[in-house]
Amino acid sequence: MGSLFGRLDDVTGDAGYGSSGDHPPRMGFFTDTSVCIGCKACEVACKEWNSVPDDGYVLTGMSYDNTESLGASTWRHVAFVEKPTTTTSSVDLGMPGNGPPAAAGQDQAAESGDESIRWLMSSDVCKHCTHAACLDVCPTGSLFRTEFGTVVVQADICNGCGYCVPACPYGVIDLREDDGRAFKCTLCYDRLKEGQTPACAQACPTESIQFGELSELRQRADHRLAELHEKGVDVARLYGRDPDDGVGGDGAFFLLLDEPEVYGLPPDPVVTTRDIGSIWKHVGAAAVTLAALGVATFAGRRR
Amino acid sequence: MSPRTRESVVPEAEFGSYYGRPILKEPTWKQPDVPLYLFLGGMAGASAVLAEGAAATDRPALERVARLAAAGGAAAGTVALVHDLGRPERFLNMLRVFKPTSPLSVGSFILAPFSALSGAAAVSQVTGWFPRLGRLAGVGATALGPPLATYTAALLANTAVPAWHDAHRELPFVFAGSGATAAGGLAMILTPVDQAGPARRMALAGAATEIVAAEALKKRLGMVGEPYHEGRPGRLMSASRTTTAVAAGATLLLGRRSRAVSVLAGAACVAASMATRFGIFQAGLASAKDPKYTVVPQRQRLDERRLADA
Repeated sequence: MGSLFGRLDDVTGDAGYGSSGDHPPRMGFFTDTSVCIGCKACEVACKEWNSVPDDGYVLTGMSYDNTESLGASTWRHVAFVEKPTTTTSSVDLGMPGNGPPAAAGQDQAAESGDESIRWLMSSDVCKHCTHAACLDVCPTGSLFRTEFGTVVVQADICNGCGYCVPACPYGVIDLREDDGRAFKCTLCYDRLKEGQTPACAQACPTESIQFGELSELRQRADHRLAELHEKGVDVARLYGRDPDDGVGGDGAFFLLLDEPEVYGLPPDPVVTTRDIGSIWKHVGAAAVTLAALGVATFAGRRR
Repeated sequence: MSPRTRESVVPEAEFGSYYGRPILKEPTWKQPDVPLYLFLGGMAGASAVLAEGAAATDRPALERVARLAAAGGAAAGTVALVHDLGRPERFLNMLRVFKPTSPLSVGSFILAPFSALSGAAAVSQVTGWFPRLGRLAGVGATALGPPLATYTAALLANTAVPAWHDAHRELPFVFAGSGATAAGGLAMILTPVDQAGPARRMALAGAATEIVAAEALKKRLGMVGEPYHEGRPGRLMSASRTTTAVAAGATLLLGRRSRAVSVLAGAACVAASMATRFGIFQAGLASAKDPKYTVVPQRQRLDERRLADA
């Protein structure tokens, strides 16, 4: 059995694919939200390629977001946050408009009408955690680690027990009600096997969604962060990049322009199985207590 | 102080969220299936212990009741679990692999043999066939009983749901106590008082364990434990505590003398145990639904770490 918590440099090898030369490198996404324009091409491309069914049409009143959240039938979700700002920022994002296109690498902010609004847009996706709780708790072995280090559900094995649903610290995976089984992003496992780019990254017009070897994406993200900080965009931060975090780092990580919770992401997620040793220890102690209680029940007076 | 006044004096925690939407997915486990299974598993597991003790100390009436309770509880619990699956016809996939990181996997490997063994013991008890083999099966079921009654705490605790996960130290003891209360209570209803002594003692010890562990849980969890004393789950939990305490008192005073009191107190124990399971289950749902319980502790942890680093 592999490791349950902490840094893990070869997650694929840890899952039983041999040493690092024997399997493909770990693949992932780096979603740079500072250049996301909220076009939702990723959502559409994902639905089309993966034949993900319709998940209803509701008007939420949450800015331009009528997708609401990730789920069994939503594997990419673009979040929209409108924040009124007091400062009239002169930093232009390069939103569609009639001015000249902005230089790349500027803060995601724009002025609209009489008050200025700070726009945050971010395309969320399954994080393909290094220590994936969904995979750890799956009792059937339906969820598995692929040779690319990603986490995928095998639909022909899943029996819809639903344990992965509350286990995910990001609230990504869910059961499809009419189908009964669990579904989530596969990082386009079928396309990866053919050496192709996942549908969402392929469709992204601004390269906000970047696909590649995780080690290279991390370097690229560090670069981008340094660049933004240099330009004075102090709010920029990486999320899920740190291999020492509570889930051992995400296979799909992000550059954000505000606190994670503003985008609906948990600020400091921890894989639940970090504590599985302590959990079983306490269960064992309680079971022994119950057995002892049973023995004591029959000891003493014969009444 | 009533819960309502307490709510109004404590200022609501400030925290960021995405339109107030939950971060975690609400568990898809159905009601009554899963909380009912938590109850039945606990009752069956503790009953198996009671049955073997009764056999060893020659209490045939108690033995018969406890064996039937163990087998019946396990069978009904299995039905509830299979019914909860999105694809019930694939229930055997539960035994496809064995994973210590998945309490549901470990639990399947406890429940399956427990059901078989307790079933065999009960059939032998009722029919009188193969008494030795039946007794042997009973001993096997007894060994698996306490794990069956307590592993379900790991099932809930090993999730990202804050009210469940953070309670992982006390929850197994609450479940052990609750299982004993239910098994003792059920045997008190169905067994003549002169043979029900161990059932009464089991119900009392279970009640004490359950109440102490549940109080410790709520005290330690603080804000994350709010769902255990607010709203419907809070009402279930406090109803369970009161009922358990009253039933325990009645058992202690009159359980030995009055069959009527024994039946009523036993029924109250069973009902209280069930209320505890539904309360804990629903507290988890409430905890997953409100982003506060996910964001606030994590934000606090993060800020403390940053402060320590600086």
